[in-house]
Amino acid sequence: MRWFWIDRYTEFIHGKSATAIKNVSFSEPHLVDYVPGFPMMPNSLIVEGLAQTGGLLLGEYSQFKERVILAKLAKSEFHRPAFPGDSLIYRVELDRIDKDGAVMTGTSHVGDDLQAEVEIFFVHLAEEVAGEALFFPADFLRLLRNLAIYDIGIDIDGNRVEPPPHMVDAEKNLSAK
Amino acid sequence: MADQEEIFEKVQAALVDALGVDDDEVTPEATLVGDLGAESIDFLDIVFRLEKTFEIEIPRGELFPEDVLSNAEYVEEGKVNAAGLALLKERMPFADLAKFEENPSVAEFGNMLTTNDLCRFVASKV
Repeated sequence: MRWFWIDRYTEFIHGKSATAIKNVSFSEPHLVDYVPGFPMMPNSLIVEGLAQTGGLLLGEYSQFKERVILAKLAKSEFHRPAFPGDSLIYRVELDRIDKDGAVMTGTSHVGDDLQAEVEIFFVHLAEEVAGEALFFPADFLRLLRNLAIYDIGIDIDGNRVEPPPHMVDAEKNLSAK
Repeated sequence: MADQEEIFEKVQAALVDALGVDDDEVTPEATLVGDLGAESIDFLDIVFRLEKTFEIEIPRGELFPEDVLSNAEYVEEGKVNAAGLALLKERMPFADLAKFEENPSVAEFGNMLTTNDLCRFVASKV
């Protein structure tokens, strides 16, 4: 099973903020199983989607050199369920980034309706306990491209965000084989 | 220097947000770990909130001296030794270590810091 809980980014500003879409579909099995007879997107997976939106934004800030871990969900409020057919708009902002981690606030909207609000605390895994890379660089870069980060990502001056050279190299090596 | 009551109210608000507790639980004597349920990750969260609220900088390890507690030079058989206690007193003038000295077990250390200790710590910074 794939564990991607956003469909793509629509805005991505290096180290600052991002917006992503999650389209909720009746064909997703968890909608049927979660509350039988009342198909809704589990709130926990909305939190996961918001965390992915902000987690990749934070990872990109260090060119994915830091290993970003969700350490704490400091706040979560849900104002209405998300139903099949809803397009959830996840907006996140990194309020603070330092060497230990980062604090992110995020919202989920359906149209103009505020659906959920979160505050998430990420930490950077220390080098001595981090061990191996969490992902294969070439596969990971493909995911980032699929999520449109490098189509729409910019820095605060409006310059395009580029993929990290070590991932591009891994991608080239893979295609050369 | 900020008013003591103002410091308490802001520290209380930070703990309510960081630990998901009610404000009436955050009494001056409440211990962060024992009474308010703080876990290790919460200390970084608390530090971030205090830094933002009071516009101060808190070097890592200053509020919670993990480096001392994990140093074999200062810990013997799970207890902080005399040299370690002396260092803790020097590093943490804001904390009342008298009770901890009776049983200086590392495991008990986290259970020592109170809301009042945090207020004194902040007052020494602002």
